[in-house]
Amino acid sequence: MRYVGRRLVIYAVTLWAAISLNFLLPRMLPGDPASIMIAKMSRNGDVTEAQLESIRRLFGNPDTSLWDQYLQYWQQLFKGDLGVSVSFYPTPVVELIGSALPWSIGLVGMATIISFTVGVGAGMFAGWKRGTWVDHIVPSTTLLQSLPYFWVAMVLIYFFAVQNQWFPIIGGYNVFMFGGPEWSWAFVGSVLYHAILPATTIVISSVGGWLLGMRNMMVSTMGEDYVTTAEAKGLKKRRIMTTYAARNAVLPSVAGFGVALGFVVGGFVVMETVFSYPGIGKLMITAVRGNDYALMQGVFLVITLTVLVAMFITDMIYGLIDPRARQNV
Amino acid sequence: MSNPATEAPVEDAAPVQTHKVFKHKRHVNGKFVIGATMLSLIILFAIFGPMIAEFEPRDSDNPVLIPPDSTYWLGTTSLGYDMFSQLATGARTSLMVGAVAGLIAVVLSIMFGVVAGYVGGVTDELLTLAIGVMLVIPGLPLTIVISSLVPGRSGLLVAVILGITGWAGSAVVLRAQAQSLRNRDYVSASRIAGENPFRVIGVEILPNLLPLLTGQFLFGVILAILGEAGLSYLGLGPTGSISWGTILNEAQAGGALTRGAWWWFVPPGLMVALVGCSLALINFAVDEIINPKLRSAPLEARRLRKAKKAAKAEKKAAKAHKKTEVNA
Repeated sequence: MRYVGRRLVIYAVTLWAAISLNFLLPRMLPGDPASIMIAKMSRNGDVTEAQLESIRRLFGNPDTSLWDQYLQYWQQLFKGDLGVSVSFYPTPVVELIGSALPWSIGLVGMATIISFTVGVGAGMFAGWKRGTWVDHIVPSTTLLQSLPYFWVAMVLIYFFAVQNQWFPIIGGYNVFMFGGPEWSWAFVGSVLYHAILPATTIVISSVGGWLLGMRNMMVSTMGEDYVTTAEAKGLKKRRIMTTYAARNAVLPSVAGFGVALGFVVGGFVVMETVFSYPGIGKLMITAVRGNDYALMQGVFLVITLTVLVAMFITDMIYGLIDPRARQNV
Repeated sequence: MSNPATEAPVEDAAPVQTHKVFKHKRHVNGKFVIGATMLSLIILFAIFGPMIAEFEPRDSDNPVLIPPDSTYWLGTTSLGYDMFSQLATGARTSLMVGAVAGLIAVVLSIMFGVVAGYVGGVTDELLTLAIGVMLVIPGLPLTIVISSLVPGRSGLLVAVILGITGWAGSAVVLRAQAQSLRNRDYVSASRIAGENPFRVIGVEILPNLLPLLTGQFLFGVILAILGEAGLSYLGLGPTGSISWGTILNEAQAGGALTRGAWWWFVPPGLMVALVGCSLALINFAVDEIINPKLRSAPLEARRLRKAKKAAKAEKKAAKAHKKTEVNA
């Protein structure tokens, strides 16, 4: 119980720090960013009252003190009010985020699960077969990891959507057939069809990490005495591999998986931009390009919160599955 | 290189020995050699590439969208820029940003991680909290937010931003290691001898963390180069300069994908991947130095398998021998 309490305090402080950082960041910048921003925007046309309001909200109204602004910021946050988007005026930021979230979670979440399963499975095999030809293949997975994932997306688009028109170039569903998201098999089919290339991108660029981590843990675990004992007892090879070695070796990967799930929302911002996928990442870039600071702050907050929650849950579950973690807090 | 003094007797003893004597060879790590060679070539390309390029990177007098040929070694872009020149100039920016950001990240992770692990107590609690906060706040989105708020960005500023947002992971690793080193006898000894904490950290702890620090630095550089490429692709990288990321950005905007101009977008991504791969290979070698199990376990398994095979062959030979004897 002490373990849980301690972790809770750490996460509460982290949450406070993250939210405060979100508040402070625009205000800490040197010079007078608000007037620079207004000047920049008025060059591109008239500045609307909504935009002025959004800027004031972001950089702070010069008439009130920083502390008052901070209190007001928290008040609005508790009411679930993240302000109004400028680029999609007058849609509230919360609504925009709400409609983008399922896309990111669905696509990146599924791809992460696939990548984890494949990577850990292959890593288990590679660790088991240590000292054979498999060892020479393992380093090549780093090449996969070093590929910039948005570039992988571009290459996939070039080969499978432009050269061979097997898959759509952009989008989350066929916008010509459907006016918007709806519940029908045709729509689900369209979504899945559009998700293949983005999901492949994610799997290609993340599977190497899972494989390598699992393989290295597996190699270490195979040297443990209890594995030797199991071998001496004459247990079946398969049983030693799965229940003795892999079960213990997979612990760090499970922790990594929990954290990776936290990055589902904000981890593939650039990839979503390449595919114009209607998720959180694209929303963030839209906000950045449109100087839509309320939206940007809101998206950033949601991304941070997801990571925080995922890490917390992982921490708790990890304490359950690995008792050693509870002891050295 | 093998030493002839040890080699000769081994050969002599070979026919009678039952236990194989292993030659003392200085172990040259193949991964390290490949990685270091690749990296040196890329650095040489960054240094000399722009000098040998025949065209200026922003010279738009050239014909548009030409595939690679003898004049334009890597083709041209839709604005007539020579790709070879762009790629070489971009290499300088990308490598510079990566190295500077990696350095900043390592220094910060030492400041937080090593100090937290060594000092302990309340300092540890506070620093660990700071590390925890930075760990949770996602790096790339934070970098995007900061970059979008700063209007004019130099390459150095982008490197600083990437460095400041990318140190938390290594700090965690370093803290754990520093904690375990803290209680070693030689560290306690120098503490009791009255050395000041800075000296203990600098002279006793850091040298022992060197392999780990190298690994973390290389990792930081990879992360920063990938980060810079991503930022520049989004148009949030260094303003006005050419990097591998900005080439990708222009390629996407210029319709390289739909116009089939593969020579425009393939090379920059490949260069990033090659840098990442070379650093990762060096990192692999460093990993094997830190964690001998990674090196010895596969070797042992290989040895065991060889021995088994040899035993089997021997048995077979013996059987065959018997058979011939019986037949005779």
